[in-house]
Amino acid sequence: MSFSWTRVRAISVKELRDYRRNRFVVGTMTVLPLLFVILPLIQVFDAYAHADSTNLNLHVGVSMLYMLLIPAFLPSTLAAYSVVGEREQGTLEPVLITPIRREEFLVGKALAAFVPTLVIAYVVFGIFLAASSLFARPVIASAIYSGTHVLVQLLFTPLLAGWGIWVGIAVSARSADVRVAQQLSVLGTLPLLATLALMSLNVITVSASLAVGLAAVLLAIDLLAWRVVAAMFDRERLITGRRT
Amino acid sequence: MTPQPATQQAGGAEPVTGAPILDGPKGDSALVVEHLTKRFGERVAFDDVSFEVGYGEVFGFLGPNGAGKTTTVRTLGTLLAPTSGSAMVAGIELRPENGPAIRSRISIMPESPGLYLRLTVMENLECFAGLYELDDVRGRIERALRAVNLADRAGDQCGSLSKGLRQRVALARALLNDPAVLFLDEPTSGLDPVASREVHGLIASLRERGVTIFLTTHRLEEAERLCHRVAILNTTLRLIGRPDELREQLFSRSLDVRVRAPLEDPNAVLGGLPGVEGWEQVRSGYTLAVSDPEITAPQVARALVGAGADILSITESRHSLEDVYLELIDEDVEARRR
Repeated sequence: MSFSWTRVRAISVKELRDYRRNRFVVGTMTVLPLLFVILPLIQVFDAYAHADSTNLNLHVGVSMLYMLLIPAFLPSTLAAYSVVGEREQGTLEPVLITPIRREEFLVGKALAAFVPTLVIAYVVFGIFLAASSLFARPVIASAIYSGTHVLVQLLFTPLLAGWGIWVGIAVSARSADVRVAQQLSVLGTLPLLATLALMSLNVITVSASLAVGLAAVLLAIDLLAWRVVAAMFDRERLITGRRT
Repeated sequence: MTPQPATQQAGGAEPVTGAPILDGPKGDSALVVEHLTKRFGERVAFDDVSFEVGYGEVFGFLGPNGAGKTTTVRTLGTLLAPTSGSAMVAGIELRPENGPAIRSRISIMPESPGLYLRLTVMENLECFAGLYELDDVRGRIERALRAVNLADRAGDQCGSLSKGLRQRVALARALLNDPAVLFLDEPTSGLDPVASREVHGLIASLRERGVTIFLTTHRLEEAERLCHRVAILNTTLRLIGRPDELREQLFSRSLDVRVRAPLEDPNAVLGGLPGVEGWEQVRSGYTLAVSDPEITAPQVARALVGAGADILSITESRHSLEDVYLELIDEDVEARRR
């Protein structure tokens, strides 16, 4: 039996339907992005036209960092729930007794968190760019479009989401409690986010080629993470709570 | 003993698929288990278990809590790896690499229905139809829901259903892929008597359709009513056979005689009768150990009439499966004490 996209789709569709009817998930997916578009806009509008370039870059960098928090945090809580949540609900065993392979199960779960995150993150970034272009002082708007800010956002949004998801699922597959899994998964995204913060705040000066190179590395890490998480996924431990 | 597959559908019910469910490879067994053992570290879940289940058979797997019933089901369902021993499940060898193939040919209904409560019945079943990569999804779901009498509840959110109805949805889910072997793990656990009776009715209709069922339960009346054969597990397999065979293995056959007044000399009346191996006086009359109740009962009646006794009744003692079960479990408790 080979890898089946039908089974991946079955898991993803089920997850998306479940999100839609879960007030907590809908609330998180609505409020968090709203917060992350309002705060950076305040930063941008608050920046003075006569501020020096360092100050301007700092304002723009902080705004961009807010944008990157969306793909980092939004999927990690969903992913952290994905395995241990099903286990607590008693829905994991019926799924595992179907022909589904662990790789299919994990990709299905990951896609269900990835797709809405990506849509929300890009839409919020689009709103931010449009609002900045229309209402911010021209010098500030031009500071946003200069350098590698937009490139970093476009490249790193899906990759950061991927990292957040795999960290969340990894923690979820080994955790016995949803709350612990959610806390640990958020912590797991921090090292990567710290690196991106240094880039956004121009502590590390990023050229376009360096940004692309880092993105390639992160993509490789995301793909490797999928294999590592699949290896960590132990049916027997998940069913009985005991190690094999 | 493998019962002959039924050829008629019960109550007009049709298989979930158009093809008959019950047909396995002719002459083969749906389950062949040989010396299977599962340990979790030092703890033995079940040990050296061997049995066969024929296609179309309803096989009861009985035992007290912690006897290893659910672990056996999970092991045969490839969720847990056996520590030793071998098995063939639906004609496929039980090996880790055969897990997906075995799971595509069987179904397990766990003790807890495990439904997605925010999704509707239809959405739950659609998800599992996708996981089995089934074609004609709508048709299969409709037939599965009809089989469990839930056709009109497809649009209901599972969270709004009663426990009994959720159990029925779980059964419909287990029927979706027309399993070669259907494992039912404590299907009536936690249900009230009405809901239990409904589930029994559904299992009985599946039995009449020739579905191979492996039923774990500690409800003895459930096993006695529904199963062709039963096995009693208490970490090791204690007994296996038809309920009446088990009774005969453990208990001698006997007649219960009730008379209006005690006999003056019962030994003179009952002791010398051919076929009577022994007798004892009980509160309501006498219990006679006999080799063949059908031959001996008329002779006993004649002897009693000859002795001037007023006979109220002469009946063959019927030991229930519960008597068999308790006898075995008591033996195990005694053995542990010693």
